[in-house]
Amino acid sequence: MVIRGKVHKYGDDIDTDVIIPARYLNILDEKELGKHCLEALNPEFAKKVSTGDILVAGKNFGCGSSREQAPRAIKGCGISLVIAKSFARIFFRNAINIGLPILELEKTDRISTGDELEVDLSQGVVHNRTHGLNYKGKEFSPFILEIISAGGLLNYVQRKKKGTPCTR
Amino acid sequence: MTISEKILAAHSGKKEVKAGEFIQAKVDLALGNDITAPLAIKEFYQVDGKKVFDPKKIVFVLDHFTPNKDILSAENCKFIRQFAQEQGTNLYSGGNCGIEHALLPEEGLVIPGSLIIGADSHTCTYGALGAFACGVGSTDLAAVMLTGEIWLRVPETIKIIYYGKLQPWVSGKDLILYTIGKLGVEGANYCALEFTGEVITSLPQNERFTICNMAVEAGAKNGIIELDDITSAYLTGKTKQNYQGMHRSGAYQVYRSDSLTHYKEIIEIDCNKVELQVAYPSSPANVHPVRASLSGLSNGVNPVSRGEKIYLDQVVIGSCTNGWLEDLRIVAKILNGKKVYPGLRLLIIPATPKIYLTALKEGLIEIFLNAGAVVAPPTCGPCLGGHLGILAQGERCLSTTNRNFRGRMGHPESEVYLASPAVAAVSAVFGRIAHPDETIQAR
Repeated sequence: MVIRGKVHKYGDDIDTDVIIPARYLNILDEKELGKHCLEALNPEFAKKVSTGDILVAGKNFGCGSSREQAPRAIKGCGISLVIAKSFARIFFRNAINIGLPILELEKTDRISTGDELEVDLSQGVVHNRTHGLNYKGKEFSPFILEIISAGGLLNYVQRKKKGTPCTR
Repeated sequence: MTISEKILAAHSGKKEVKAGEFIQAKVDLALGNDITAPLAIKEFYQVDGKKVFDPKKIVFVLDHFTPNKDILSAENCKFIRQFAQEQGTNLYSGGNCGIEHALLPEEGLVIPGSLIIGADSHTCTYGALGAFACGVGSTDLAAVMLTGEIWLRVPETIKIIYYGKLQPWVSGKDLILYTIGKLGVEGANYCALEFTGEVITSLPQNERFTICNMAVEAGAKNGIIELDDITSAYLTGKTKQNYQGMHRSGAYQVYRSDSLTHYKEIIEIDCNKVELQVAYPSSPANVHPVRASLSGLSNGVNPVSRGEKIYLDQVVIGSCTNGWLEDLRIVAKILNGKKVYPGLRLLIIPATPKIYLTALKEGLIEIFLNAGAVVAPPTCGPCLGGHLGILAQGERCLSTTNRNFRGRMGHPESEVYLASPAVAAVSAVFGRIAHPDETIQAR
């Protein structure tokens, strides 16, 4: 799976309150949630995102609450992939479970807003088209890959129930 | 193995599990609230879910945006109520509803040695009763409702040993804030935090809940404290009536960490040195001694407090962290015969209806009202900036809750400081962050 997109860059410890504040948690629709994605940091964020863009951040992305509305808001505003140095554990689960692509990459400092990236998710390779550089992200464990390739947790659970192999 | 590993092994049908291993574990109790359950139920229906795996093991607590704050929230609660009725699950809504992590232990639904998953990050609170409890998202909850199982990565364990003697006024809240300050907000990511030592075993149950509650603020998967006499005494009379059908014998399995076991890290904390703590915006790890905030010693740490005391617009006392009866007693002791600082809004929220009623009978509510506090019904409301006590631009709040992220309680340019109930009460009297010792001096 190859994802191409323009980068929106943020720092460390981007918490779920900042990604989608509680006042919008009565909304269930992803597109609606997406309109308010990261508005505490940049009220124009959702408007600036073109479908397919990539969110890049520092360490501990998605720390805080268990609200699944956070990865759904990111997905809903058109972001195709989140790359971070590390993810907080519930956000990591939620993203995998709902099928929002994520990638752990140590060298996010070398990526800036506006850079064009081409990411081969199956290999975990990030090609920065703007700077002509390649970075290698962290590979997923085989178990997590099974969930990803099933298209999310509930598909994985369904397939397992039916006895269909979940391998790619 | 550690206590966490033992519980996970027992729930995944294995003799032994190792940190880093992925397991499918059987869940004893699954929790959803009015923010996370609607998405879970939607997902459940989306994959043609018909019946939940065991309605007795599923509980919905409508505590976040309730009493319903707006039409959308009301619709979400209605949706959950219908589902709970159709499926026959546990449901807490209206007059029997309290803040989930105070309510479930009180209702006897949390059993030592059990595996509890909750679509709420502070589910880790239940570790204070020796359970393995961790927060997950809505889709996880949907999968558990369908199958009764969850995928988990066995966490590495960080053991924290608290030794020495607590200084006056210092509580479980100060210990956990201090610990998060040491670890950082990512310091325990993916890990289990095991709280041990002579100070922990002498702490009352409510302060143990407070400590485990905030394990997630250091990124931890769960916080856990081994069962002892204090915990057993807390559980007496609570668990038996409600635990039918959730455990075979009615007795619970007690797990303890082996003495020679592998920890990722062992951290010792000398509690003689732990002062009253306050976490400045916008991170629970941004902690400072309360005394330092009085004299302006924190200059440069936080621009807004430079060269001046930290004046407050609002104080909130409550939440799954510090809405316990014992917390309210401390607050009443400080507020008794005093008045809230002119213009400051003090909001006090007992965590459950039972706590509320006991506080009423003990005369605490009267003390609060006489002091000029607003007493609200049990709800998560202001803690997450949901409703009741939202902050305007530039406003500053000291809160006994667990998070102070940017915009957490309202406007993105409002500020939240975290501290213990004692510090919150005395600060409400002085109109600024204050130390309980100051109440002795005349104002």
